[in-house]
Amino acid sequence: MKFLRQFAARIVGQSIRIFARAITAVRADWKGIEPVPRQRVYFANHTSNADMPMIWSVLPPAMRRTVRPVAAADYWLKNKLRAFVGPEVFNCVLVDRRPEVKDKPMDKIIAALDEGSSLIIFPEGNRNMTDDPLLPFKAGLYNMGLARPQVELVPTWVANLTEIMPKGEIIPLPLICTVTFGKPIHVMDGESKDDFLKRASDALLAQRPEVRK
Amino acid sequence: MNDTTNDILLLAFGSFGILIALTVLGEVLRARQPVHEANPMLDTYMTRVQSWWGMVAFIGAALLLGKPGIMTLFAFASFAALREFLTLTTKAQADHLSLALAFFAVLPLQYVFVGLGWTGLFTVFIPVYAFLMLPMVSALRGNPDRFLVRVAETQWALMIAVFCVSHVPALMALEITGYGDRSLLLIAFLVMVVQFGDLLDFFFGRRIGRHKIAPGLSPKTWEGLICGVLSAAVIGALLSWITPFGVIGAALMAGIASLVGMFGNIVVAAIKRDRGVKDWSHLIPGQGGFVDQLDSVIFAAPIFYQLTKYFYT
Repeated sequence: MKFLRQFAARIVGQSIRIFARAITAVRADWKGIEPVPRQRVYFANHTSNADMPMIWSVLPPAMRRTVRPVAAADYWLKNKLRAFVGPEVFNCVLVDRRPEVKDKPMDKIIAALDEGSSLIIFPEGNRNMTDDPLLPFKAGLYNMGLARPQVELVPTWVANLTEIMPKGEIIPLPLICTVTFGKPIHVMDGESKDDFLKRASDALLAQRPEVRK
Repeated sequence: MNDTTNDILLLAFGSFGILIALTVLGEVLRARQPVHEANPMLDTYMTRVQSWWGMVAFIGAALLLGKPGIMTLFAFASFAALREFLTLTTKAQADHLSLALAFFAVLPLQYVFVGLGWTGLFTVFIPVYAFLMLPMVSALRGNPDRFLVRVAETQWALMIAVFCVSHVPALMALEITGYGDRSLLLIAFLVMVVQFGDLLDFFFGRRIGRHKIAPGLSPKTWEGLICGVLSAAVIGALLSWITPFGVIGAALMAGIASLVGMFGNIVVAAIKRDRGVKDWSHLIPGQGGFVDQLDSVIFAAPIFYQLTKYFYT
């Protein structure tokens, strides 16, 4: 039974990857890092529910196996299908952000890092529905960088998804989506939380592909 | 096997022969290079040759499959080109529906009309019907911000990626007296003369090129262009046996197609410069996208089609 579920998870994962490629011709631009299996935290902008599957799809197989997206438990446990796709296909680290919950998100994240997994996180916390390119970052990224300084924090920009599927539209446009990976950053000695988050945010913005309009 | 199939096979094997020669040439040049010295020029040449292998294989297979093969191949080419183009154009959410229509209605319909051979319709469908109606769809959503830029760029994308590209398979629909089902071969003729013209323009441009045609925009030189067009004309004359044009006619048609293609390449370079990108996409590794690879054929196709229609049907 367990084997069957794992097999199904692999098939679903491959289908999602192929679907993402067919619709958006999604591709990776390895600007600041090499696509090699090292422990990393990919922190990305968040405009659409498709962000995470896009990043996941462009990672080479060996890296995809060790990467765990950090995602909201309330979203991924809403129904049986999501509960299968989130934890089993994407191998998500599910975190519950309600303050009354005992097991704190950061503990789970650190535990996942100590297992040797890489992570995908969205430091804005919520989907960005504004016209600004990024919302202010939450403290999580700083805390992980501080707790596990050896892990590379990689700014990861997902481009064009808002144009492919703006909020409220039904048909996705088959435009090209690009995922750009920048140079990793680390929390520096004595750097304050706000300074670091500002620097991380700037590093992420710098990965936006330049197209003059 | 009929004559047309025979000729396609002959052309395919001929092209493979030339590609083998070009590949060997590249490898010989590489072998004569010191190992650690970078040679971007040779690398460009080799990736070009590699993508031609793919192109010959695809177009050859499509030609052998006949009309359905060609229609499918070019419909996909249009789709890839349109996606590359529209990724770079100005758009707003108000254009979402008209862009979706461009991809999922205008493009398939254009190929249906070409496939059915409805000449009267497919030559006006995008320049008239899509031109007038897509802006209406955008306007109904009521966002006037940069409206003219948005609709104009969308129309440009459709003209280049769908209208122009579809003129390659449209060559099959031409009724040329005494030519029968051989109009398939015109596709091979057009693609070959234009691409060889480009190759020789590249070669001569590097060797003897002095005067840039559009400095700051494109590395093309007048010397390269003239040699390229003349070579295309010679190749056209050599290939005249697959055309209904006769030797002189084939040379002229090939020269004109190649000339239009070269200036088309400069236009495409200008668009890329304007948008600040080097390539249209990364579909073909080391080569950029579909538009990068086919820009000259895209521009040459409608002119070649119209001239053939005017003089030979």
